[in-house]
Amino acid sequence: MQKSDRNQKDLALRLLESNGFISVLVVILGFLAGTILVLLVGRNPGNMYKAILQALSGYNMDNGKMNVRYVFETFNYAVPYILCGLSMGFAERVGLFNIGGEGQYIMGMTVAEVFALLGPQVPGLHWFACLVLATLAGALWGGVVGVLKAKYEVSEVVGTIMLNYTALYLSRIICLRLPGANTYKTANYPETATLFNSLFDKWTNHSMLNNGLFFMFFCVLLYWFVMEKTSLGYGMRATGFNREAARASGIPVTRSIALSMAIAGAFAGLAGGIVALGSFRYGRVISGMDNYGFDGIAVALVGNCHALGTMVAGYLFGLLKNAQPLMQSRNIPKEITFIIQGLIVVFIALRSGVVLIRQNLEKRRLAKEIASE
Amino acid sequence: MSLILGMIPMILMMVAPILICAIGGMISERSGVTNIALEGLLCFGGCSAAIAHKLFELAGVSHSLSIVVSLCIGSVIAGLISLIHAYTAIDLGADQTISGTGINLLANGATIFASQIFFKADRTKEFQMGMQTDRLGIYPTAYIAIAVVLLAWFVLYKLPYGMHLRACGEHPAAAESVGINVRRIRYQAVLVSGILGGLAGGCCVLTQTIQYTSNTINGKGFIALAAVSFGRWTPLGVTLASLLFGAAQAFSVIATNFGALRVLPSDFFNILPYVITLVALIFTSGKNYAPLDVGKPYTKGAS
Repeated sequence: MQKSDRNQKDLALRLLESNGFISVLVVILGFLAGTILVLLVGRNPGNMYKAILQALSGYNMDNGKMNVRYVFETFNYAVPYILCGLSMGFAERVGLFNIGGEGQYIMGMTVAEVFALLGPQVPGLHWFACLVLATLAGALWGGVVGVLKAKYEVSEVVGTIMLNYTALYLSRIICLRLPGANTYKTANYPETATLFNSLFDKWTNHSMLNNGLFFMFFCVLLYWFVMEKTSLGYGMRATGFNREAARASGIPVTRSIALSMAIAGAFAGLAGGIVALGSFRYGRVISGMDNYGFDGIAVALVGNCHALGTMVAGYLFGLLKNAQPLMQSRNIPKEITFIIQGLIVVFIALRSGVVLIRQNLEKRRLAKEIASE
Repeated sequence: MSLILGMIPMILMMVAPILICAIGGMISERSGVTNIALEGLLCFGGCSAAIAHKLFELAGVSHSLSIVVSLCIGSVIAGLISLIHAYTAIDLGADQTISGTGINLLANGATIFASQIFFKADRTKEFQMGMQTDRLGIYPTAYIAIAVVLLAWFVLYKLPYGMHLRACGEHPAAAESVGINVRRIRYQAVLVSGILGGLAGGCCVLTQTIQYTSNTINGKGFIALAAVSFGRWTPLGVTLASLLFGAAQAFSVIATNFGALRVLPSDFFNILPYVITLVALIFTSGKNYAPLDVGKPYTKGAS
């Protein structure tokens, strides 16, 4: 009897130690709080879950119809979330907080739009060149902060926030000068610049899913490989764990910091390029932020900055994004998804409270053992 | 010249919310708690004030009473929200950037969600009349901002309480050792930054626009955050930085009135505050003006 009791407690402790379990717990808590909020304002939370189910499986419970397009739209929405999550995660592993995914994303988007409209229209190469340039633009935007952090000890949090808004207005200045630009859009892209995939289009009932998907999978693999299998990733993780110890053992800390911010920026920049060329037929003159970069922070935190975890978390966020209009049409304000996402991040901040609970549990167990002896 | 004089009320209108919010952020950071949630607190305050003012207007409450009560409601709501940040940052020792980011994300959703519930639209319903200017064409928010700055300066530098608060940000263990309750002071500081953030949000909505939309705050909280760094965590510095940033924002709106400035895109002035801050941070690198212990959780009794 006593032994099984002990085992149960061990299980509870072990679960609390597992980051994956806590992420699942946090997501469930977020949804629970969202559901209660919907109830409180007198709406039917069942409609919220119907919308999510439709975004997940394509099945509409209200009229029993099936449309696979929704399933693949979710994938398309997930792509930028996952890439921005990788961006945040990569910096996080070196102990930096990349709140600048948004700016890096915007720069990627802007450069992709510029090259799509003005670059040489070589079939098969044009869109690829756009994405490469977008990635480089993001890397530059992130790398600047990395260099400032490494060389001048400028806080990366303040630095990246400043560059987010610089990017927003810079993008407006540039895009307003592109061919055919009015206050919110430019001329349509040439055929050679889009990420359109005719096979996807046929199979997925005309969803927006595009070639960006392949880049996302490639990036997840690359992230996993660099982090877990290369000395570069090892040096970065060591820098994140203990900067002084890493320096003492010969890891070039300054280079690690600058490089990791540049790579982080590259992921977000690519996300910007993919959204610009994949989800739109024209360049956008943005007046506000898309928030993929900010939400990427939440994605990485839920995914514990691991490649697979980030992919799953990014999919979840894409699912919520795709469910938004479906909720709105069912009389649920679509902003509930933002609230759930925000709550998830707040609950993640509470995670350190779990450490306190664990310490208390252990203390109590020790006290009991001593008392029983 | 008269054109520039004529701009002063407008600049003051833009500066006031940034300044009020930045002073709150400064107080929180001086006590040792980073408050990246300023943006979200502005949103919460602005949205609640806009909703309250509209509802009072519909109920026929007198205009000036409605303004005052709406501002108070905005402050209280943002103050309550800031307690979430205080709890995670102070009691749980959580990463303060994460909980701040969480509040910012939450604000995006919660404010528009509230508008959907109250007005069935993604923005609050327009109110007839916001704050009114005085004879000089200046909104009362400018005077509120000046009062907030003076009060903050007096409390921080002239009262023992202010010295205790600053000690908590520089060296909490030393402060604790002479009997200062670090936890209580940090809680109070974060609460004050929440209340001021809410007040600033209300001031912004009731002077610069006629309704709350997802674009109303648009980075003002982050500008305030920049003003705290750029102003080197002192009331005078923060005031000057806010003036500079507010003026740049005002310029982006009215640049088209000046022949010489018309060659520059209006967004150029929008970029200025951010680039100036970044450059300033590079030039002041090495000399660290930030409170020593800012952003680090403090556990009583631990080393």
